[in-house]
Amino acid sequence: MANVFTRLGDWVNERAPNLVPTYRKHMTEYYAPKNFNLWYYFGSLALLVLVNQIVTGIFLTMNYKTSAAEAFNSVEYIMRDVEWGWLIRYMHSTGASLFFIVVFLHMFRGLLYGSYKKPRELVWLLGMLIFLSLMAEAFMGYVLPWGNMSFWGAKVIISLFGTVPVIGSGLQEWIMGDFLPADATLNRFFALHVIALPLVLLLLVVLHLAALHEVGSNNPDGVDTKHGPKGNRWDANKPADAIPFHPYYTVKDLVGVGFFLLIAAFIIFFAPTFGGWFLEHDNFIPANNLVTPTHIKPVWYFTPFYAILRMIPSFFGTAFWGVLAMFGAIAVLFVLPWIDAGQVRSIRYRGAGYKWALGLFAVSFISLGAVGAGVVAEVIPEWFGDVDVTVWENAFGRVMTLIYFGYFVFLWLYTHLGWEKTKPVPERVTTHD
Amino acid sequence: MTKRYFSSIALALGLLVGASSAMAAEEGGLPSAGTNVGDQASLQRGAKLFFNYCVGCHSLKYVRYSRLAEDLGLSEKDVMDNLNMTGAKFGDPVISHMPLANVKQYFGKAPPDLSLEVRAKGADWVFGYLNSFYLDPTRPVGWNNVVFANASMPNPLWELQGLQTAVKKPGEDTVEKLELSQPGKLTPVQYQQATRDLTNFLEYAAEPAALQRQHYGIWVLLFLAGFTFLAYMLKKEFWKDVH
Repeated sequence: MANVFTRLGDWVNERAPNLVPTYRKHMTEYYAPKNFNLWYYFGSLALLVLVNQIVTGIFLTMNYKTSAAEAFNSVEYIMRDVEWGWLIRYMHSTGASLFFIVVFLHMFRGLLYGSYKKPRELVWLLGMLIFLSLMAEAFMGYVLPWGNMSFWGAKVIISLFGTVPVIGSGLQEWIMGDFLPADATLNRFFALHVIALPLVLLLLVVLHLAALHEVGSNNPDGVDTKHGPKGNRWDANKPADAIPFHPYYTVKDLVGVGFFLLIAAFIIFFAPTFGGWFLEHDNFIPANNLVTPTHIKPVWYFTPFYAILRMIPSFFGTAFWGVLAMFGAIAVLFVLPWIDAGQVRSIRYRGAGYKWALGLFAVSFISLGAVGAGVVAEVIPEWFGDVDVTVWENAFGRVMTLIYFGYFVFLWLYTHLGWEKTKPVPERVTTHD
Repeated sequence: MTKRYFSSIALALGLLVGASSAMAAEEGGLPSAGTNVGDQASLQRGAKLFFNYCVGCHSLKYVRYSRLAEDLGLSEKDVMDNLNMTGAKFGDPVISHMPLANVKQYFGKAPPDLSLEVRAKGADWVFGYLNSFYLDPTRPVGWNNVVFANASMPNPLWELQGLQTAVKKPGEDTVEKLELSQPGKLTPVQYQQATRDLTNFLEYAAEPAALQRQHYGIWVLLFLAGFTFLAYMLKKEFWKDVH
């Protein structure tokens, strides 16, 4: 039997001699710095969730009906009559929210340790494209159950395109294929959600990893292990401070996977709606263009950007500025590698100003999320009594919007004008022997 | 290093639990429904109430009689003789037999399907609603509700609860509290228990999978805990030679 496998291996090797070396280069013998900490789990976890979304998605499409008349019923059919349908659906819906949690943490890791800085700008850009595609994917997926929040959420988000000067209203109808989100909208969103965007996502993920493996992984010390001293116990020509991905990071990531699945399973089996945050109450009511939900708001992972949209007032008779600011909040992240001219990658050795700025940036992001989700409007009367909620919410939300964008302005001034006082960066990772 | 891992994980789990309990407490204002879909006897009592008092107008179009029998521990005969009043087949969904056009005429609005009511509004809301009917001669059918003002629905359980009237502060229009002006067949405590059972049944109807997921969930978590422990031991063993 073993002989058969050897011969099969030889047969393949003769015809594709680069297959095994490529596999080794990118998977088993990819040398990664040995000092990864907790923040470095989220990349592999994002990949795990992506696979989960694709696999559960395939099974969902087997029973989902793409039609405004049947979509809602078919989801309930999956929940009740399809064997294990409820599990597949909860894995998909919980996976969507966990995807964003994992990706937000993965991106924040990039900020903490300067992973976007030279020579990893391309890795960052590809990652940002993944983030953008993921947002489109999630938005369209949210419309598919055709609940009332699906309908109104789609209507509000698509109407943003209606604010574009001159072509706005035409653009809006072109996106929907109708004057309201309707059967045509649902069908095209299904096509994009199930075929187009997953293909784009997979391609981008492959490129993201290929670009990463070309330059090598960053690490919590932000030192370059790839071009540092050579020679380790496996290979005399490989970096001294790096270890082969297999078995070291495969077993380590397995621990991360275990903890992550524990949390995911807890949510799936005991709190699948997560108190109305992962599956919203209003989405258990079928889409109805005559009944508006009391509070139209996007799912939690869009709320920081939605808050920026709401906080920017209309000027010159158009609400387009809010839309520009909202997309700007994402666009500015693309150019982060060029905004930040700091010479040091890791927060461990950066100036105090950077640490404060990053802390405030994180606070502003979470606060904007709370504004967008309506939590701030809820707690204002509880904490401050009888005040004008809108005025206070706007004041808070606008300050947080300023801090969000202020982070990038500050970072540019701080690093381009040479205000940053960095600490000396060690030659090698701090944990080497 | 290991200690730091565990403390961060404990923190993450703590935040998760804290967040979910905070959300549970958020409802506010209404009495808690205190339902438990694992309590089969309560589900059976709730089903009996539903099929005696509610199904005349309200359907459960996503719930099949056969599924009810399976989940509530009833035989086909029990369900077909005692719950199914419409002559539907055992595998059919629960559809009210009242013609929609008539009901619309009586109440001005078609009674909604209740399959997903608890998921859309919450168990506490439904429980509160069932306890908050009062007589209001200004309304077309003579009833009003504190939880859902100007609802077009009369209290179908009035024989059980009795009649409630609103006590308002002089000169104001907001209802201060409800008073039982004519007692029903049940005491207030018994009525609360009955509506709790009914809410529980509707909670089950909104998500029959809740029974399965809670049942399997424990085993999945135990398996994953074992898996994670093994993975951790494996990692420790392999990483012995990384210095």
